[in-house]
Amino acid sequence: MASILAVDDSASMRQMVSFTLKGAGYTVVEAVDGVDALTKAQSQKFDCVVTDVNMPNKDGITLIKDLRALPDYKFIPMLMLTTESGMDKKQQGKAAGATGWIVKPFNPDQLLKTIKKVLG
Amino acid sequence: MSIDMAQFHQVFFEESFEGLDIMESGLLNLDMGDVDSETINTIFRAAHSIKGGSGTFGFSSVANFTHVMETLLDEMRDGRRQVTQSAVDVLLGSVDCLREMMTAIQDESEVDEARVAEHKQALETELNGSETPVVKEDSTIAPEPSSSIPSNDEPTISGWKISFCPHTDLLKTGNDPVRMFRELAELGDLEVIVDFQGVPTLFELDPEECHLSWTLILKGDVARESIDDIFDWVEDECDLSVQSLSAAQSGIDEAATATTALETQAPIEAPKNSPSASTTEQSETPAPVKTPSKDKGASKAKPPAAKASGSIRVDTGKIDTLINMVGELVITQSMLSLVGEHFSLDKLDQLKNGLTQLERHTRELQESVMNIRMLPISFVFSRFPRLVHDLSNKLDKKIELKLVGEHTEVDKTVVELISDPLVHLVRNSLDHGIEMPADRLAAGKPETGTVTLEAYHRGGNIVIEVKDDGKGLNKDMLRQKAIEKGLIDEGTVLTDKQCYELIFMAGFSTAEAVTDVSGRGVGMDVVRRNIQSLGGNIEIISELGVGSTMAIHLPLTLAILDGQSIAVGDETYIVPLGSIIESINITDDMVNRVAGKGETFRLRDEYLPIVRMHDIFHVESAKAVNLIEGLIVVVEGQGVRCGLFVDDLLGQQQVVIKSLEANYRCVEGVSSATILGDGSVGLILDIPGLVRLSNQ
Repeated sequence: MASILAVDDSASMRQMVSFTLKGAGYTVVEAVDGVDALTKAQSQKFDCVVTDVNMPNKDGITLIKDLRALPDYKFIPMLMLTTESGMDKKQQGKAAGATGWIVKPFNPDQLLKTIKKVLG
Repeated sequence: MSIDMAQFHQVFFEESFEGLDIMESGLLNLDMGDVDSETINTIFRAAHSIKGGSGTFGFSSVANFTHVMETLLDEMRDGRRQVTQSAVDVLLGSVDCLREMMTAIQDESEVDEARVAEHKQALETELNGSETPVVKEDSTIAPEPSSSIPSNDEPTISGWKISFCPHTDLLKTGNDPVRMFRELAELGDLEVIVDFQGVPTLFELDPEECHLSWTLILKGDVARESIDDIFDWVEDECDLSVQSLSAAQSGIDEAATATTALETQAPIEAPKNSPSASTTEQSETPAPVKTPSKDKGASKAKPPAAKASGSIRVDTGKIDTLINMVGELVITQSMLSLVGEHFSLDKLDQLKNGLTQLERHTRELQESVMNIRMLPISFVFSRFPRLVHDLSNKLDKKIELKLVGEHTEVDKTVVELISDPLVHLVRNSLDHGIEMPADRLAAGKPETGTVTLEAYHRGGNIVIEVKDDGKGLNKDMLRQKAIEKGLIDEGTVLTDKQCYELIFMAGFSTAEAVTDVSGRGVGMDVVRRNIQSLGGNIEIISELGVGSTMAIHLPLTLAILDGQSIAVGDETYIVPLGSIIESINITDDMVNRVAGKGETFRLRDEYLPIVRMHDIFHVESAKAVNLIEGLIVVVEGQGVRCGLFVDDLLGQQQVVIKSLEANYRCVEGVSSATILGDGSVGLILDIPGLVRLSNQ
C-alpha cells in the first residue's frame, strides 16, 4: 500500500489525517513542520505528501517547492491542506509544484476520496 | 468509512488553548512603534490553526469567530493595516472570549452568545473602521458554494465535449491526465480522442513534458460542476473548453464561461457517481457544509472528554530517559537471576554488585518518574504579562513585569494550585505596592515600577518570589489597622515579622477603598491556607519605601516527603522533616501540669503543650509513659508549636505518600500513609491536626 507523508503543525489535524489514512490501509508518517517533513522525505520515499500551508519553520508551499527539487519527488502527488479561500495561496502552491488542494474544513471521507483520486 | 471525530477533540482543545496562550503573549509583546513581523506571523498562525481545526472538528461558532480575528491579523501581517493599541486590545479581548467559548464547548455548557456577539462586533468594527456590521455571509468560512455559478445547463443534458490541452509543465505538479480521465469515466460514458500533433520528434522529446492534447466526449446526464471539479487543480496549466453536446452542436461556445466557473473555489467533493444525480442547484450544495453539523451531533452524544488536568504533556526526552532506565533495570534483573540460579559463595561479590546496581537504578528510575510530573513554572508565569498589562492600564500605573527562572520545574499539582495565590499576590503588589507614577517620581524612584516573579530551587524546596519596588509595608499602619479591626489588643507587642503576618489574618484589608482589583478583605488568609495545603509556607520581607517581597516556599514534589520516623511502642510514625524544630530530653522541673488542660513544658522562654502520642493513638505497647523516659520532638505546623512525646527517633528517610482518604478514610491527626521498608504501613502525622486533637 502506498505511503503518505502527513505534515501539519497542529497535532489534532495531523492525528485526524493520519488516523483516517491509516484506517484506509495507507502507511502514514507524520511530520510537524516543513523542516521535519523534508528530513523525513529524504530518508524515505513517499508516494504522496499531504501538507498544511501555514506552519512555523518551513511553510507548506516552501516545502513543496523544496521537495519538487528532489529527483524522487518530481512527479509525486503533493496536496495542500488550506483554509485560504482566496486564490493567492492556491496559486502560490501551484507555482511551487502542488498537485492540488483540500480545503479546510474537510471531513475524513473527503480526504480519503481525494487521496484515492491522486493515488489511483 | 465513518470516523468518530470526537476522539480528536481533546487534542484539539489542548492545542487550541496553547494557541490562545501564544496569541496572548504575542499580542502583549507587540511593540506599537516597531512591529516584529515574526510575532504577528506567530499570532496569525495560532489563529489560523484554531480556525482550521474548529471548522474540521465541527465547532463552527469558534471557526466563524476566529475567522474575523484571522482576517484582521492577516491584514496586519501583510502590512495592509497599522498595528494599533486599540486593535491589540480588541484582539486580546477576543482571545479571552474565544477561551471562554472553547471552555464552554469542552465542558458542554452554555456559550455566552451575547458576549461572543459583542466581541465579534468589536472585531468587525475594528476591521471595517466603522460601525457598520459586516454582512453575515462575509464572516462565515463555509466554502463558497459552487452552485453560485450561473448555470447555463439545460435540465437534461445529453453530454459534454471537453477539449483539454495541457501545458507542457502539467506533469511536474504531479497531475496525471489519465487519473482525470478515469474520474470522468466514472461520471458517464467517456470517449477519449488523443491528439499527437504537438509531440516533437524523438530526438527533441523531453519525457518529463506533456505534449499530448485530448478531446473528450462525455455522454450522460452529468453536472457541469462535476467536470469543473475534476479540472479544478489544473485550470492554470491547461487550455480547457467544456461545451455541452447540444450547445456544441448549435455552435454556442461555452469555453469562456469555463474559466470563470473554475475560478470559484470548489470544495474537494467527489463527483456524483450516479449519472442520474439531479442537476438542480440545491442538490449540488457541497458536502462540507453539512458535515460539521453531523460531527457536532456525534460529539454531543459522546461523554465529555477527560478534562485537561487529567492528562500531562511530557517532554519526549524524559520518556526516553525513563525507557533507558527500565532497560538498565531489566539487565540488572537478568544478571541477578543468573547469579541466583546456581548460587555459590564465590559469587557473593557478583551478588553484591548486582544489588548495588539495582539500588542505583531503582533510585534513578524513581527520580525520572518523579521528573515526569515536573512542569516548568512558565506554565503559571505565562498568564502574568497579560494580567499586569490589563491591571496597570486600569490603575493608571506604569509597571514592568520581570519573569526570572521560568524554566524552574515544579510538580504538576503545584502548577495547578499555585496559580490563584500568585495572582492574588501580584494583584496586591500592583494595587497596594507600586505607587502612582507621580508619587514615584516624587520619591526619587523611576516612574515605571517593577514587579518581579522569580522561581528557583533552594535545597529540597522551590521558592517563588513576588517582588516589587513599591512603597513597602507600613508596620505602624498594619498594627493600627489590626487594632481597629479588633484583631489584636492595643498592648500587644509585635516583632516586625509578626506585624507583616497580620495581613494573613482573616478580615484584614489595608486598602483605603475596596477596589475591584484587590482588597476584598478575604484573600491573604486564603492565599496562605492554599500554600499550606501544598505543604509550603509564605514569608514576607519588606522595607518601607523600598519594596516588598513575598516568598513562597514549596516542597519539590508532593508525592515524596522527607520524613523522620519515630517510634511509639510497636508503631512507627512519620513526622514531616520540615515541621521538626528540635528534639530534646526533658526533666521533670520543665513540666507544668494545668488542671483540665493537659501538660506543658518550658522550652527556653516559651511554654509548649505536650502531645502524648501513645495517648492520642492509644498505643498500649508504649515503652515510655513517664515524660523523662522518652523524647520530646518539638514541631511546628501553621504557626502552632507543640512537643510530641515519643519513645524514640528512628531515622530519616524519603517516603512515598499514599493517600489515606483514598484507601481508607480521613483520620484526624494523620495526613497520609506510606509503606515502610519492612512492608508495614507507617502513618504520616498532620501536625496542626494533632495539636487540635490534643486540645480536645
